[in-house]
Amino acid sequence: MVQQQPARSAALDNLFHALADPTRRAMLQSLAGGQRNIGELAAPHRMSFAAASKHVRVLEAAGLVKRKIEGRAHLCRIDPSILRMAEKWIGDRRAAWEHHLDRLGEFLAEQEAETRRAEPKRRKP
Amino acid sequence: MSEPSTHYTTFSIEREYPVTLAKVYAAWSQAEAKSRWFAGPSDQWTIVKREFDFRVGGRERVVGKFKIGKVSDFNCLYWDIVPEKRIVYSYEMYVDGKRISVSQATVEFKPKGKGTLLIFTEQVVHLDGYPTPQDREQGTRGLLDRLGESLSTS
Repeated sequence: MVQQQPARSAALDNLFHALADPTRRAMLQSLAGGQRNIGELAAPHRMSFAAASKHVRVLEAAGLVKRKIEGRAHLCRIDPSILRMAEKWIGDRRAAWEHHLDRLGEFLAEQEAETRRAEPKRRKP
Repeated sequence: MSEPSTHYTTFSIEREYPVTLAKVYAAWSQAEAKSRWFAGPSDQWTIVKREFDFRVGGRERVVGKFKIGKVSDFNCLYWDIVPEKRIVYSYEMYVDGKRISVSQATVEFKPKGKGTLLIFTEQVVHLDGYPTPQDREQGTRGLLDRLGESLSTS
């Protein structure tokens, strides 16, 4: 009912560090709306390209953001895989119940088979 | 030990079983039948204690031990029973004596063709971070959940 995952300490440290800053959380919210370049990410925070780029580097290190350099533009997009890990956690209780309901199905099928085997005996005069 | 935290989630699962509604309902309402399927993974988990008092105000308890030593404890109270139609219960889950979640669950039974449609809906609040270093990643996921939510609602 409870599943253990191997700890990935360094990745978690990066993740905690990345999420601990309100500017970076705001950047993630912005990226959730679609791809942005560094200038667009910097604008609402009135910060320089270099400062914004530094924040993006932290988000990249945490695996939350991917950066693609096209000419002079640094295009950033959110990487949902680490957030999917979160969904998986939400789904853990669901997974447990799906397992239970599958077992219920197996049990009901076994019971049907037993009944079918028993039936000819009952029909005997 | 992590900070106190709460995380809410609701989910619903539907299953169709090719047997009569009476049989599906019996698997939920009769002790022997329920013990046949409501358990931890058989290769990793053994039963320690099972109590089943299926009536409004009655309790169910399933305590089991995992091979890795963890003890799971399902403590349930039945609130509403409409035979062959609906069961509403709430339950707490403990792991090693620590309450990890409190849930309200509804099981609905509907005839479908020659079989039965079962709808299981649970509202759950996951409580607190997790006390052991091995569970730290799960605690992290709780944090990520809230981030995911704030992203999806913004």
